[in-house]
Amino acid sequence: MSDSPPELTVSLWRGAQEGRYETYKVPLRENQTVLDVVTFVQRHLDPTLSYRFACRVGMCGSCAMTVNGRPRWTCRTHVATVADGGRLEIGPLANLPVIKDLAADLRPFFDKWQQAKGVFAPSQTREDDVARVRPDSAARIAADAAIECINCAICYAACDTVRWNSDYLGPAALNRAWALVNDERDAGNPERLRSVAASGGCHACHSHQSCQELCPQRLNPTASIAGLKRRTMWAYVKGEL
Amino acid sequence: MNVGLYVWQRLTAAVMVPLVLLHVIVIFYATRKGLSAADILARTRGSLAWAAFYGVFVVAVAVHAAIGVRNVLAEWSPLKDRDAGILASAFGVLLFLLGARAVLAVVLP
Repeated sequence: MSDSPPELTVSLWRGAQEGRYETYKVPLRENQTVLDVVTFVQRHLDPTLSYRFACRVGMCGSCAMTVNGRPRWTCRTHVATVADGGRLEIGPLANLPVIKDLAADLRPFFDKWQQAKGVFAPSQTREDDVARVRPDSAARIAADAAIECINCAICYAACDTVRWNSDYLGPAALNRAWALVNDERDAGNPERLRSVAASGGCHACHSHQSCQELCPQRLNPTASIAGLKRRTMWAYVKGEL
Repeated sequence: MNVGLYVWQRLTAAVMVPLVLLHVIVIFYATRKGLSAADILARTRGSLAWAAFYGVFVVAVAVHAAIGVRNVLAEWSPLKDRDAGILASAFGVLLFLLGARAVLAVVLP
């Protein structure tokens, strides 16, 4: 038996849109996350490696990468749960342009967030009383179910429809729109419903459900999109769209 | 796909559910009873009911299939939305004409 410490064989994407995977040997440690592995490579093996992270505790949504073919939040993904025979292949998020190495350009993702009117439109001013929202109302329960998104873009990278339809707004933007549609303090719904009912909006979704399978926050964007489909359908039938 | 196309595709699908079931029952009935072409034509010619049944069916199929084909073209071919719409509309018109021709052939006295 060999006395050498156990190692991981890690392939990392190097380059931009065009590039190649390069292989590194990284010591295997207990409770090691995928982000730990990437950080080890940059600190000890190749300081030119580019990647993105901030909080390291699963709150900021900035460290998502493609790990062995699937988008994951790397700071909360343990190597032990994803390494395939001691091998890891880590690339930038799919469905987005690559800036360099493991850092994807998230501008299209956030542009679509704006396009879906994912911004709160206040119906009151600071002079008004604080709105009283019943936590057990149906609308608030629906809004709460969709609200904990951390903008990591994992659902966007996992979505087949985004891959083949560049106009599709994607699961996160539509999930956000659904949270606001159910926010009784919001006044932007007529415009929001028009945006998500247009070509590339919620009706482009094929309900493959990769978004909800891979969402690290265990949200269900597919259900949110189904809600938008219902809401916009009735608005269309009533002549409001 | 926008909300208008979505609604029309679902609406025509809902219309087709009972029509398809009845159509399949008609096929089973005609084959198991051994009806000849003449027997069938004797029942359908001059029948407003069969004209309405298959007329609605043809319209629903033409609309439903055209929207579906438009989506497939828009998502899987290099065609732009507008061109996919034109091609799919032409396909829908073709389906309608073929279907309407068949319906007229069996219901006109």
